Formats: sequence, C-alpha cells, structure tokens
Amino acid sequence: MAQVRFLLIRLVKAIMVLLAVTVLSFGLIRAAPGDPATVMAGEQGAVDPEFLERVRERYGLDRPIHEQLFTYVAGVAMLDFGDSYQHNRPVMELIAERLPATLLLTLTAFALALIGGLLMGVTAARHVGKWPDALITVAALLFFALPLFWVGLMAILLFSVQLGWLPAFGMSTIGVNMSPIERALDVAKHLILPASTLGLLYLATYTRMTRASVLEVMDLEFVRTARAKGLGERRIWRRHILKNALLPIITLASLQAGHLVGGAVLTETVFSWPGIGRLAFDALLQRDYNLLLATFIIASAFVVFFNLVADLIYSLADPRIEVAS
Amino acid sequence: MKRLLSAAILSVATAIAAQAQDDPQTGGTLNLVVQPEPPTVMLGINRLGPVSYVGSKIYEGLVTFAPDMTPLPKLAKSWDISDDGLTYTFHLQEGVKWHDGEPFTSADVVYSFGEYLPEAFSRTRGVMDRVEEISAPDDRTVVFKLKEPYAAFMIIFDSTGGTIVPKHIYEGTDIFKNPANETPIGTGPFKFDEWSKGRYIHLVRNDEYWQDGRPYLDELYFHIIPDANSRAIAFEQGQVDVLRGGDVENIEVNRLGDMEGVDVTTDGWEFYDPLAIINVNTRHEPLDNPKVRQAISYALDREFMIDAVFGGFGKPAYGPMTERTPYYDPEVLTDYSFDMEKAKALMEESGVEAEGGVYATLDLMPLPYGETWQRHGEYIRQQLKEIGIETNVVSVDVAGWVERTTTGKFDITTNFTYLLGDPAMGVGQTYRSNNQLNRGTAANVDGYENPKVDDLFAEGARTLDPGKRQEIYSEAQKIISADAPVIWSHQMEYPTVYRSKIHDLITTAPGLNEGFADVWIEQ
Repeated sequence: MAQVRFLLIRLVKAIMVLLAVTVLSFGLIRAAPGDPATVMAGEQGAVDPEFLERVRERYGLDRPIHEQLFTYVAGVAMLDFGDSYQHNRPVMELIAERLPATLLLTLTAFALALIGGLLMGVTAARHVGKWPDALITVAALLFFALPLFWVGLMAILLFSVQLGWLPAFGMSTIGVNMSPIERALDVAKHLILPASTLGLLYLATYTRMTRASVLEVMDLEFVRTARAKGLGERRIWRRHILKNALLPIITLASLQAGHLVGGAVLTETVFSWPGIGRLAFDALLQRDYNLLLATFIIASAFVVFFNLVADLIYSLADPRIEVAS
Repeated sequence: MKRLLSAAILSVATAIAAQAQDDPQTGGTLNLVVQPEPPTVMLGINRLGPVSYVGSKIYEGLVTFAPDMTPLPKLAKSWDISDDGLTYTFHLQEGVKWHDGEPFTSADVVYSFGEYLPEAFSRTRGVMDRVEEISAPDDRTVVFKLKEPYAAFMIIFDSTGGTIVPKHIYEGTDIFKNPANETPIGTGPFKFDEWSKGRYIHLVRNDEYWQDGRPYLDELYFHIIPDANSRAIAFEQGQVDVLRGGDVENIEVNRLGDMEGVDVTTDGWEFYDPLAIINVNTRHEPLDNPKVRQAISYALDREFMIDAVFGGFGKPAYGPMTERTPYYDPEVLTDYSFDMEKAKALMEESGVEAEGGVYATLDLMPLPYGETWQRHGEYIRQQLKEIGIETNVVSVDVAGWVERTTTGKFDITTNFTYLLGDPAMGVGQTYRSNNQLNRGTAANVDGYENPKVDDLFAEGARTLDPGKRQEIYSEAQKIISADAPVIWSHQMEYPTVYRSKIHDLITTAPGLNEGFADVWIEQ
C-alpha cells in the first residue's frame, strides 16, 4: 500500500515537472530572436511582408503567446506534439523515424561505459596508489577532457582511413542487398566507432565515480567489522563494498538516461549517424518550435521516468532505504 | 615504313579511344552529398539549396539557361515573344509523362503558375503579379500576357523558380501538407525511390523520360553527411563522387583537387551569380556618410582576403554586379583597390569627429555560415580598426541573423546575394528604396534611398532593347558604385570537386541544380 501511495505521489510530481519543463522550454525558445517565418524568409532571400504574415498565420504564430502556449500544452496532454514547420509532418513521426538509430547508439555506448566504468573503477580502487590506479585515473581524466568530435575524427582517421578496418560514416552499407544476418553484422561494424567514441565520455565518468565511491565505502566501519568477522574477501567486496558503492552510480545513470533519447549531436554529426540529436539541432537552427520542444519534453520524460526507477532500485540495493519514506 | 605504320595504328587507336571517351556511356551510380539534410525534396514548396539540388532531378521548369544566360528548351521545346514584349507563348514537349504515368499538359503549367507557385514562393508571386492572364489554347501551348513589358520574365521559368507541379495531385489540396510531398511526382529524368532519414535519398532512372536515351545514369544517391571533415574523408575514400561548393572548406578543396583522377571547376554558378557584400546600415551614423563608406571600401585588401580567407576562390567586386551578370560594366565602377592612405584621408575629410583616434564604435555581425565567414568578419574588423572604426563582434545563429538583418537591427553585417541572371531580377532588390525592411536578406536592408537609382531600375526592367538596357544599367552601376550604399566584398566562386570519370556534370548556368539527364560516367 505504501508503495502504491509512493508511486502515485511520484507520478503527480513527475507530471508537474514535465509541465514546468514544457512551459519553460516554450518560453525559452520563443525568447530566441527570429521565428520560423524569418528563417523561411532568409532561405528565400526575397520575400514580401504579406508572405511572412501568411506563414505566421499558417502556423498559428500570429496569435497571442499565452493562447499559443495553452493550445500547445493542451495538445501535449493529449500526446499531440503538433506538426513540424519545416517538414510539414507530425513531429512524432519524425522522432519515431530517428529513435531506433539513437537508441542503438546511446544504449550501446551506455552499456559499454557502465560495464567498463565499473570494472575500471573497482580495479583502480583495489589497487589504490599503485600503477593500475594511476594508469586508470590518468586514462579516465584524458577521456573526460578530450573533445568528442576530435576523438571521433581521430578514430576515423586511424581505423577507417589508415587501417581500413571500419567504415568511416553512416549506419550501414548503402545500396547492397544483404541477408538479415549480414545486415545486422554490417550495422554492428558501423556501430563500433561511434559507440566507443560516445562511450569514452561516459566511461570516464563512471570510472571516476566508481573509484571514489568504492574508496569511501572501503573505509567504513561495517567493512572492517566484516573483515574482523573473518568473512572472505570476495564476499566482503560483493555483499558489502560493491552493493553500497553502487548508490551514487545508480543516481548518475538515471540522470544520464535523458541522453539516451536526446541523442548525441556531436557523435551523430561526425559519424553521420541518423539520430535524434542532429534532428533536434537542425530544428533549433530553423526555429522549428514544435519539433525542438517535443525532443526536449520526451528527453525530460525519460529522465523523470528513470529517476523513478532509480528510487525503486535504491531500495533493492540498500534495504535501509524504504520507498515509503 | 614500319614506323609509319605503327604511327598510323597508334593514331587510329588514339582516335578510337578518344571517340570512346566522348560517346556517353549508359549506366552507373552517382554518389553525391546533400547537406544539410533537406526538410523535403518537393521543390515546389521549398527552395533551400539542398532541396533545389535534389528536387531539380525530379522536377523540371519550362526552360533552363546556357552559361551566357540564353534560355534553352526544357519542358517547353520552343517559345515566341511578341514584339511589344507583352505576350510569351510556350510550345510544350510532346510525350511527357508524370512519374505516375499521367500525361503532362498545358493545364499543369497554368495551374503551377496560376495557383501553386504564387502561394508557395515570394519571388514567383512577385513576377506573376506582372501577369495579366495565363491561358492554354490547347494541350501543348501556354500563353502568358503581361501588364507591361518585363525584361527578366524568362528568368522565372527555370526549375527552381518555375517548378512545374502535377495539377492532378495538388489542385484543391493544402499544398504544404499534401501527403504526396513525401513521394514527389515530377517529370524529371530521375524518380524518387527512397529517403532513409538521416542517411540518404535515393533516386532512380526515369525510364519513360521524354528525351530519348536519357538519362544515362541508373541511379543517384544523395548521402547525408553532416560534418565537413567527414565529407572530405568520404570523398577521399571514394564513397562520394562530387562535392559542391560549401560541402568542404575551401582550403580542403585545393588538397582534394590535387588527388589523381579529380577535377575542380567553378562553373555552373552563372544563374545564381553569388556576390558577397558587407551591409552597412545607412540609417546609423556615421554610416550615413558616403565618405565613411568609401573609406571602408578602400580599406579592404580584397585580393589578400580572397586568398587568405576564401582559399583563392573569388574575384574582387567594386559594384553591384559581377562579371557574370548581364550588363556588367567595369569601366564605370569606382576603383576601390586597396589603398589604406586614401581610406584614412577619406575618414578625415568625412567631417566625422574622432575621439582619441576613434571615429565610431559599431556592431559587426558576421554571417553565421561557418568558419570562413567568421574569419572574413575578423579580417574586416582588423581593417576597420586601422581607419579608426572600432567594432564589437555580435555572434548570432542563422535565425537571429535573419531577424536582425531584415529588420535593420545592425550596424555592419556580412551577407551574400544571388543576382539571378538579370539585373531586373536579383540586383535591383538590394538598392531600390521601396524594398527595405521585412523583405528578406537580399533586400535593401541598408536603407539606401536614391530616386535616380529607383528610376533607372524601373526603366531597366521594362526596357527590352539590349543596347538601351546596357546604357541604363551602366549609369546605375556608376552611381551605386560611387555612393557605396553596400561595401562589395567579392564575386563568389563555389568550387565543385568531382571525379574526372564523370562527364557533362556541369554544362548550364544552374550548374548542379540541373536535372543530370546528360551526365554520364566513364566505365
């Protein structure tokens, strides 16, 4: 019962957060200079004021701003995100076209980073102050500091141009007939460079976070007690250290979940990966309000959702945390 | 004798080889790049660069243009213009079918110009306002009757300004939301096949194209590669065969052009005729002072700028036209060759008071179209400082730039305009006093007002005699060049990088925005 109540409260909170995100993003993007009509005017070079008026009228941009906001929020409540001004199609259709590619890239990168980060972080913590720790710490710092687009370009130059091992761009080979298995392998081959490039940044974050968290827990009294009790080292690590050290990592992972659907503009750009990040970026440049807002809101919804999931996982990882509290 | 014989055999073999090279070969795939990814390829509703590039293979106009801007037949096989310049009669090609198999007739042309295009495209509407009546006496003939003569009338009939759309699909629908926009139906040499969003657009040969034996190519792939460096790599690796101007930075062009089996050309921009300009807001002090504007013009070392910033592509410009523009007259232009002393002297003569050596502090807003334009802005900033004008660089994105430029919220901004093949089409709009704000970025955003110039452009547009037009436009160029209501930066040249095995890639004034019916690949 307590759990149901907790979930209900969280759900109401989540809806309020999403409403706030919608109103805020709506206000922010409208505050930027220029609107879809001016962008179209710029593209045409020469226009007349009547043309601008008609474009604004066509998209309802001539109505008072509060009226536009109300219509928009009412639409979103019914899961209608409107049409894209540039594409003249429902924005949900556009997003749905790009979502699979984005999820494939971000989930792979995320999984690589999470697993790799945990392994490297724990290894560093176990050998704290010794060479593996130094090596991992320096590597993590380097991964964190390097600009993604640069890493991507260097990876292309090395693995595609110089060695010819991996394709430089795109999601699959174009214009060739393949069996489903061949196609899957082809996509996997195309995925290696972008997923590892994007993964490096997350990897660095998880490595550093895991190392710090494990080091903190290792010094706590219950670990000393476990050792004093004569528990085996493996058991101490698994049951006492790792389980407790996981909490901040769960928090971080749930926060980064929004990136999963928000896409990764730089990686997608460098590797010509057909994801949402690029779509959202172009929408921003073209003041395609509906398209941009929908990507904001959906990414926020993911963050809210995964935070809820994280809260539930906390209680599994640490029985002292009760959901009802 | 033996030597003679081998020489003869060699020459015959060479002749055969040369002949083989000249004879178009059928088949093959052409891999191109389109960037940024277009929102649609339905050319009727959108004329962005990328949309025109892809859409011009699917849709056609009544005519196209030779590099010297002579009209050439397309969907119209011939045309007559009455002596008074008021009646244009187009005779259409026979046996043309839409990609869905429906016959193309004069009703499609009347619908396109009478209803569709004026709704979709400002430029075409502006020109159609001059038309009194469009009629179709029979299936193969279309007649346009003008209210008064308009010398640039033919310019509107190319595939991007005068896209012919199928009446049977669009009549009575919301042209912007018609689902057929997703699967465009044109008359062009290539048919739409597939658009994998974010990846590629695939067009295939139109087997029923009206021109026998054309197109030569089997298919076209327009790859979507958002990053300039990745585009260069894709070309180097052979994944794409053609790079348009702007696909890679000009510095890269020179490197890629040196590769074996690769050619570079700057042809194919005669129709669009781009001119880089520096807009100066003459509503703001001290830019209202002609001497200050002239000083700015003298302070620019255009040769250096073209070499250092634009990779050597471009030619200095001292007036409102380029050497590609019909009626260009270099004799009448003020010679704004780099002369810093003269620039400084003009600032002193201008009557503007200097405080601590600084005449004014102005906002400088570089065109937000990538690195090259940022560097262009930096160069201008440095030169302005030399003549005592300090600048604050304003950074905005494209939408912000359009908003500020078209509403006059700027002091100095860099820009470029398309002159569009005739002074009555693309030149006058930047200088006419009745075409100032909220009329696009190519309008007279500088606020220049000169009744004489207004009269000359009005007269030039309705005068048909080329000799008289030359006199009118020479006078206009002379006045405008001296007044410097805009600082002309340079005649832009966009390099196209392509593999030498591709033939007849660029043969007309619209260049790569042509239908590609004649393009072939040496196998």
